[in-house]
Amino acid sequence: MQQPPIIQARDLYYEIINHDNQLRILQGLNLSIAPGEQVAIIGSSGSGKSTLLSLLAGLDVPTAGNVQIKGSLFSGLDEDGRATIRAKTMGFVFQSFQLLPSLTALENVMLPLQLKNHPQAKALSLEALNKVGLSQRLQHYPKQLSGGEQQRVALARAFATEPEILFADEPTGNLDNATGQMIIELLFKMNAEAGTTLVLVTHDIHLANRCQRQLNLQNGRLEEVAST
Amino acid sequence: MMLTLKLAWTQTLSLWRAGTLRVLVFALVLAVAAITAVSFFTQRVASALNQQGGLLLGGDIAVMADHPIRPAFIKRAQSQGMKNIRTYEFASMVIHGEISQLVEIKAVELGFPLRGDLTIGATIDDVGETVKSAPQPGEAWLEPRLANLLGVKVGDEVEVGEHTLRIGAILLREPSRGGDMFSFAPRLLINAADLPASKLIQYGSRVKYQLLLAADPQKVNDYFLKTKAELGRGEKIEDVRNARPEIKSALDKARQFLGLSAMVSVILATVAMLLSSLPYVKQSLDTFALMRCFGARQNTVLQVLALQTLLIAFFSAIAGSALGYLAQMGLANLAGSLFVEALPTLSVAPIWVGFAASMAMMVAVVIPHAWQMRNLTAINILRRETLAQPISAQAKFLPAAIVMAAMIFWQAHDTKIAVYTMLAVLALCVVISGFAYGLVGSVQRLFSLTPQNKTLSSISLGIQGLKRRAGLSTVQMIGFSMGLMVLMLLALIRGDLIQSWQASLPSDAPNRFVINIQPAQITGITQFFAQQNIKDTAIFPMVRARLISKNGELINTAQWQDERAKRLAEREFNLSWAATMQSDNRLLAGRWWTSQEHGKPFLSLEQGLAETLGVQLGDKLVFDIAGNLTTLTVTSLRKVEWDTMRANFFAVTPPGLLEPYAANFISSFYLPVGADAPLNQLVKQYPNLTVIDVAALMQQVRGIMQKMSSAIAYVFSFSLIAGVAVLYAALVATREERIAEATLMRVFGASRRQVTIAYIAEFACIGLIAALVATIASNLLAYYLSVNVLNIPFQFNVTLVLIVMLVSATVVPLAAWLGLRGFLKIPPRQLLNSI
Repeated sequence: MQQPPIIQARDLYYEIINHDNQLRILQGLNLSIAPGEQVAIIGSSGSGKSTLLSLLAGLDVPTAGNVQIKGSLFSGLDEDGRATIRAKTMGFVFQSFQLLPSLTALENVMLPLQLKNHPQAKALSLEALNKVGLSQRLQHYPKQLSGGEQQRVALARAFATEPEILFADEPTGNLDNATGQMIIELLFKMNAEAGTTLVLVTHDIHLANRCQRQLNLQNGRLEEVAST
Repeated sequence: MMLTLKLAWTQTLSLWRAGTLRVLVFALVLAVAAITAVSFFTQRVASALNQQGGLLLGGDIAVMADHPIRPAFIKRAQSQGMKNIRTYEFASMVIHGEISQLVEIKAVELGFPLRGDLTIGATIDDVGETVKSAPQPGEAWLEPRLANLLGVKVGDEVEVGEHTLRIGAILLREPSRGGDMFSFAPRLLINAADLPASKLIQYGSRVKYQLLLAADPQKVNDYFLKTKAELGRGEKIEDVRNARPEIKSALDKARQFLGLSAMVSVILATVAMLLSSLPYVKQSLDTFALMRCFGARQNTVLQVLALQTLLIAFFSAIAGSALGYLAQMGLANLAGSLFVEALPTLSVAPIWVGFAASMAMMVAVVIPHAWQMRNLTAINILRRETLAQPISAQAKFLPAAIVMAAMIFWQAHDTKIAVYTMLAVLALCVVISGFAYGLVGSVQRLFSLTPQNKTLSSISLGIQGLKRRAGLSTVQMIGFSMGLMVLMLLALIRGDLIQSWQASLPSDAPNRFVINIQPAQITGITQFFAQQNIKDTAIFPMVRARLISKNGELINTAQWQDERAKRLAEREFNLSWAATMQSDNRLLAGRWWTSQEHGKPFLSLEQGLAETLGVQLGDKLVFDIAGNLTTLTVTSLRKVEWDTMRANFFAVTPPGLLEPYAANFISSFYLPVGADAPLNQLVKQYPNLTVIDVAALMQQVRGIMQKMSSAIAYVFSFSLIAGVAVLYAALVATREERIAEATLMRVFGASRRQVTIAYIAEFACIGLIAALVATIASNLLAYYLSVNVLNIPFQFNVTLVLIVMLVSATVVPLAAWLGLRGFLKIPPRQLLNSI
């Protein structure tokens, strides 16, 4: 029997008004992702990939349509309701790392755990940083770390909370090839170990091909891409 | 060069449009406005006060001599275009019919008085009118007391030397009457043109020749310095500060108040400016990093940075000076009604000060970052390693600290006060850091013991924010606490200190002195006071004595360089005796005598006199009292509040020592201005008495106090605005970082409530620590100022402390929350894009 989807988007619309022009980014988009699935969303720049990801993660709300997480309506909740679901089930990796400059590597990883009031915040963070090979950089601040190291801290932060879903938005976009490759290997390895559902936004077709499914976002709608 | 200028200009404009520059420019404009306005203001008020004081001298300065004034001094004044007139003062007899009376004649040239006015009337009971002129030739104006003694009225004639003068008016008030309070004979004012006919001034006559001068402060100052250097034997030059100790004391305190408030504004404005420079510096560095990437040479980048800095400083200085000028115009309007004479015109000096301050502050803020950029290669920038080697906070703030120190020194005009202020600022930083660090530690320990829940966890997270942003949090707390400190000092100084200052001269302080009371008259006079219902009359004994030797060494007046010391040593002392010390005296060294020690040869000296004569505790002074040599040991030194106007003595002995000598007695009491009837009666009953009326002088002193209270309140309003600017700048400085942090927290699932609690906890701590430190610092400062500078008792204000604590712990987090609240409503995605 097929498992119920962990993420389901129905008839999603997203419009913005820019200088009196209505710009429709998503037009009746439908999507269903099963638990443990690795899904890549590809598309050209400006196609709305990152917008879709924010709607799926509840970082923004659609103009119309809805998003369900584990069968419960998600997009209809208020900001705090969505935040609670995020805290319980989701992790994030961003293109621009999004580490807080005033926190050390360890403190950055601990932050989401502290928000959940996790009793083992420090131990889990140390373990996650150890996994990404940064146990020697615990007390370093982001500005003292290279780009690759910063993204490894972000990976450790994402996996430390043991999320059911990991959203990754162009995780290698700010890195050189070799470093990007290393980050991807680490991401997939950790994802496989934790059995996390992965939603990866990228314009890199090789990276997308590492995922089980590839979806192309074009004209506000998703199309399945046959695996090459 | 043109390209660099263009680049600098366009970038400055973009920074302005982007909003990054606004807070910085606002703080800088405010800083310059505060500095220039306070500078304009203190300068004008100081000169207005000098003029105010000038009323008592009859001019801005006076050259005095025991021989005719040297023509060179007069020529100098004329060539400078200064108003100048001569006066002659001497004692002589006037005769009316059978009665002759010793008087103090003052002969003045037309134009007298140069500053202030006289009040004359037709009869001794007249309310009188104020005039700014002197008697015409052939006319004499005399005091009511003299009119009584001679039994004359307006229109009668009196003989002055070989000349007969008609009484033109009764001289009801002469503010410019200076000199030794205890040597007054009644005044007769005449025109100097009548002097030759009177033949009163002969070879060898003891005449006080005086040249009165008035001009703008710069000229007065020049004249004073030049002439002082050329003074010869028997010549001296006085301005209002040394003309009357009571006025000097009031003026000095007023200046200290103003200087203090100006300094507080300077410190606050600099802190506000520093705080608000942080976002600007960050954004400019990003721009310059990119310019380097695009191929700009290091020199070009540094030149653009330098020009941009100067542009910002220049325009802020223009706006700030204009604002400062407007602010002081408002003040001039206000003060126009406060001060008797029109305020003196402005000088441009404060504008230069404003420009210099603006440039110095901007350069101090930018230099550390420019220094850092020096070492960056293009590849550093491409790899976003611009801040890989951040400069230390100390290095970042060092130039600004130097600029602040320089401004404190410039504003304080006094090394001791400047050093104390800087030490206080430094101590403030240390104490705040200590508090912040201690609080974070103890909260962490406390929370590890408490059962965990989400709210406590959010509070803990918020308080840990203090540690995460240790540097910035400390700077914020310093900013907050300085702002609070000003508010508290304002409350303390405006309220308590000024009140105590004014209370030192209560409205019923003695304003009449009666001297020359003979021992046999004491009972009668005491009864008279009781009958007239005149209260608080004290009768003090005075015995004339001359200082002969100190510790066995004969006093030789030539040994003192100091003119005042010479005069003091030459003249006779009025020794008094008392069982208890007067309430307005304060013991500085040694101790007061016990009742068992009455009759012992002890002496209590006034501190200033002891210093001038080089006398110390334990020294043995020999006095010649009516031909007997008496050795007295100095057993205590006292501080005397001369501006309380009470009868006070430089030298006091225990009772039971001086009684055998012929003593004169002096009494002081309060009578409302104009209520002179009992005095006239007293003088009729005891014709040997001399009554000295200091009511006018006291009105002047009280007037200065009242005007200064208003002026200080006005100057403090600048400090208040600067204090608010600091609070605002402190919030703005960390706003971007906090928004980023709040957004990420929400991405990771924090509810708005959690984020709000965390921030409120963090800011409540900032507010509370700042309030605590501000309370301690402001009270210490107020204590120091009251006791050591203003010489008034200090009062701890518990209510104020509680209010400040409460308000600070609620208003600071509320303000922070209001600033961030809007961002908590925006979906995190939109904020993520912008951070």
